[in-house]
Amino acid sequence: MADAIEKVSIIISKGSFEGAYPGLIMANGARMEGIEVNVFFTFFGLDVINPARNAHLQVATVGNPGLHIPTVVGALPGVSSLVTHQMEKKMEELDMPPIPEFVQLLADSGAQLYACKASVEMFDLTREDFVEDLAGIATVGEFYAMAAGGQIIFT
Amino acid sequence: MTTSTIAGIELEVDAEGFLQKPEQWTDAVGEAIAAELGIEMTDRHWQVARFMRQRFLDNGTAPTIRTLGKESGVDVKELYKLFPKGPAKLAAKIGGIPKPRGCI
Repeated sequence: MADAIEKVSIIISKGSFEGAYPGLIMANGARMEGIEVNVFFTFFGLDVINPARNAHLQVATVGNPGLHIPTVVGALPGVSSLVTHQMEKKMEELDMPPIPEFVQLLADSGAQLYACKASVEMFDLTREDFVEDLAGIATVGEFYAMAAGGQIIFT
Repeated sequence: MTTSTIAGIELEVDAEGFLQKPEQWTDAVGEAIAAELGIEMTDRHWQVARFMRQRFLDNGTAPTIRTLGKESGVDVKELYKLFPKGPAKLAAKIGGIPKPRGCI
């Protein structure tokens, strides 16, 4: 049997509802197996750790063929909110936390959360724009240094 | 199905040592499994292990880490202090129930 994974560093680069959850679930699942976890939030993924925004992430109903909704229907006002709401309900049934609670759960479970420095600068944000439990703002080089010896997952 | 003798009792376990028949479990079995994992059981550890076990017996599934943190009386931070290698998994093992199969 191959050696067990002892460390993962997960990159979350998207700020949509369906872009945020997979990385959060992978990160939490890793902690639940006792695996060391870093999560690096970059580009629109920064919204996931931004308390002003992370409760309002929406499912992309346009340009998302997996939903099987015609693009013109997906573009109608309210459709994105409706689909997001339905997905939130389903997630609650499965005991999957809403995104703000999920981020807190990860922090409490010992996952180290980082904001990408280049993205923070690009969006004119500061440390104060993010959740209190953020471990820091990191450069790409620092991220690779932290990830050394483990696996990297990009989402 | 393999069997393993823990605390003097022959038990049905899976490949990772999770009990397959929760009714075969006793406190001593829990203690012995914990010792094998390098965990010295305190009242707080027991609280989590018993909560896991009771929920499984009541519902047929083990609780998620979210529920464990909210309802066991031990919060998520402390759960990971007590069981650094995975609270839900280890509390299930010590509590004598099958390995939780949820993703969350």
